[in-house]
Amino acid sequence: MAPTIPLLILAIPLTMFLVLGLLGPKMSHKFAGWLGVCGMGTTLVLAYYTAFTYFFSGSTDFIAGADRLQYIVFNQDWLQFYDKLVIRLGFLLDPISALMLVVITTISFCVHLYSLGYMEGEKGFQRYYAFLQLFSFSMLGLVVATNIFQMYIFWELVGASSYLLIGFYYTRHSAVAASKKAFIVTRFADLGFLIGILILSYYTGTFNFTDLTSAPAAGGLAYQINEVTAFGAFSSFEGATFMGCSLFSLALILIFMGGMGKSAMMPLHIWLPDAMEGPTPVSALIHAATMVVAGVYLVARLFPLYILDDCTALTFITVVGAITAFYAAVVACTQVDIKRVLAFSTISQIAFMMVALGVARPDIHDGMGYMAGMFHMFTHAMFKALLFLGAGALIHAVHSNDYTAMGGLRKYMPITHITFLIGCLAIAGIPPFSGFFSKDEILTAAYQNHFFWGAWMSMVAALTAFYMFRLYYRIFWWNEPDYSSHHHHPHDAPWVMTLPLVFLALVSCVAGFIPFGEFVTWNGEPYHIHLDMGVAIPSVVIAVCAIALATVMYKKENPLPDKVAAATGGLWTAAYHRFYWDEIYMFVTHKIIFNLICRPIAWFDRHIIDGSMDGMAWVAQRLSISIRPLQSGNVQYYVWVYLAGVLLLGAAAAVCILL
Amino acid sequence: MEIKLLYFLIPSLIMFCCGVYGFLTRKNMIAILISLELMLNSVDINFVVFNRYLYPQAQEGMFFTLFAIAIAAAETALAIAIIINLYRATQNVDVCDANKLKG
Repeated sequence: MAPTIPLLILAIPLTMFLVLGLLGPKMSHKFAGWLGVCGMGTTLVLAYYTAFTYFFSGSTDFIAGADRLQYIVFNQDWLQFYDKLVIRLGFLLDPISALMLVVITTISFCVHLYSLGYMEGEKGFQRYYAFLQLFSFSMLGLVVATNIFQMYIFWELVGASSYLLIGFYYTRHSAVAASKKAFIVTRFADLGFLIGILILSYYTGTFNFTDLTSAPAAGGLAYQINEVTAFGAFSSFEGATFMGCSLFSLALILIFMGGMGKSAMMPLHIWLPDAMEGPTPVSALIHAATMVVAGVYLVARLFPLYILDDCTALTFITVVGAITAFYAAVVACTQVDIKRVLAFSTISQIAFMMVALGVARPDIHDGMGYMAGMFHMFTHAMFKALLFLGAGALIHAVHSNDYTAMGGLRKYMPITHITFLIGCLAIAGIPPFSGFFSKDEILTAAYQNHFFWGAWMSMVAALTAFYMFRLYYRIFWWNEPDYSSHHHHPHDAPWVMTLPLVFLALVSCVAGFIPFGEFVTWNGEPYHIHLDMGVAIPSVVIAVCAIALATVMYKKENPLPDKVAAATGGLWTAAYHRFYWDEIYMFVTHKIIFNLICRPIAWFDRHIIDGSMDGMAWVAQRLSISIRPLQSGNVQYYVWVYLAGVLLLGAAAAVCILL
Repeated sequence: MEIKLLYFLIPSLIMFCCGVYGFLTRKNMIAILISLELMLNSVDINFVVFNRYLYPQAQEGMFFTLFAIAIAAAETALAIAIIINLYRATQNVDVCDANKLKG
């Protein structure tokens, strides 16, 4: 494949970012918006073309027999420190990067189009589009990275553009605080990521994914993803331990820590609910569909390494994912702000993907957990973007984030209602919507690993169905609040906003029937998905029961929810306050870290370091003031001194000669 | 009567001392410049007479003097230009008052 089209996929959003960023203020809103949409549309077409070429062309570059290969389109030396330490920028095509190209460009295009309506008339409209383009560029660069350092560079770029977009309403204090929180928390996690990269590359001597996770395929340059890597299974790690833990496991766990930050796993999840301060389309793009799955993508990318490592790191991932999934689902049941419900649901669903990766083993159903995780990543991106964009349409209509201001909206906003319902059914795992198929694969993989994980995740799936339908009924049924105080009755959004909704709803209806295992598996070998009825039927039954419970509690206004809240008492309050994680963080940072560490350091800096520097400056100043009169600028004085010196020297010379 | 080396050196020394005295005591810049010229000319005399009396076959002293005269002329032109500009700016050529640029 010629590098032109892959290069354009990256170049167009970057160029658009520069054009909109630099010339944006001179453009009209309409022109800037449509320019962004057209740019993204072109990228979408090119990315689809690339992905379809990869999956369907049957070229020997991409497929050997039935096995999919990793193909490096180009790989350019970017920074050469010395012959071994080279940082390259390139474009890697393999099943997951091609998948992500499709996901990112689809969602990004929908969001670009949707924002034309949602952001209409906002101050800084051009800036918004410029940042969207920057984000798309960074995210595309991240998924096609050929080496872990390129991934890290784009990883940070993604974080920076996320920061810019969360803080888009920079006059609002809460938005500024949320953007800072997101930036600092993910940066803290990235510290672990960086250390992990350094340990890994120190022992293996390479950054390249192809060297780390793949072996050359028979008789060619193409790479086959494999646990027996080109570098011979890392004999260099043999025996290296740190504090009783294998250094290899430690490196993988540290790398996963970066993923925990980006993907909002416990205990680094606190930034994601606050990130909802950004415009809603941004939440759909970044904080639901693309950026937050970067952590999942990272683990998937290095999956062969995780398998090599006696599964210490994979168990860690499973545990973190399982706890997070449950926690977020419980909190989502109690939130009032519809975007926060969706945010916690995102955390929970990403944790689902993490668990899917964590329970995947090559010997269990050919590593189907991996395939299930990627499948869910794909379907979740579609239906969660749909739900967020639907929520945006609702907020647009009633000018409030809280469902208490909504209710009975099904009569006023039929399109939003139907699409939102499809999203809810998909996430709840009701066949034939896409979420059912991917979630079923995850649950099967979890049961295959251990019954406990399967049962645990089934419980989370039930909670998912419950809180999504609680949200759905509260928005579209329940009791109708008084809309007459608004200027007009709520109504469906303009076509630029409903078109993406309808499109994503259609995708959510049919995506489950894609034979996903034929395209994406951990080692490139096709896997034939077959529904395990022993898992599928109980999970559907559980989901239906949960929906029925939500129907009873929330369909019509009744005192039942309040009674339940009162009955569970402290648990409900704690869940409503997100189990006080923010307060714990505040306590730890403000009371402990600031007081016990930062203040002494600040005192030391101000008094000892600055003091010694100030002292030196003071001494130098006094000294120079005292000798300043010597250079008076009076030439005749200089001559006097000079003459005296000459006479003295002469006298001294004379004395020396005479004696 | 033979003219000795010393007969040249003594007037040259007197000229030099006058130049030094004038340079140190005068406040008028023109006078300082004249004193400077006096010192230069006394040195020129020394060059010529030492050349003539000690190394009559050599020419370097003469050439050096010619160079010194040429450079002194250029230097005087420059100094006069500066003094005239200063005078135009401040109506004053007193060296003690020319301290406007002092920090």
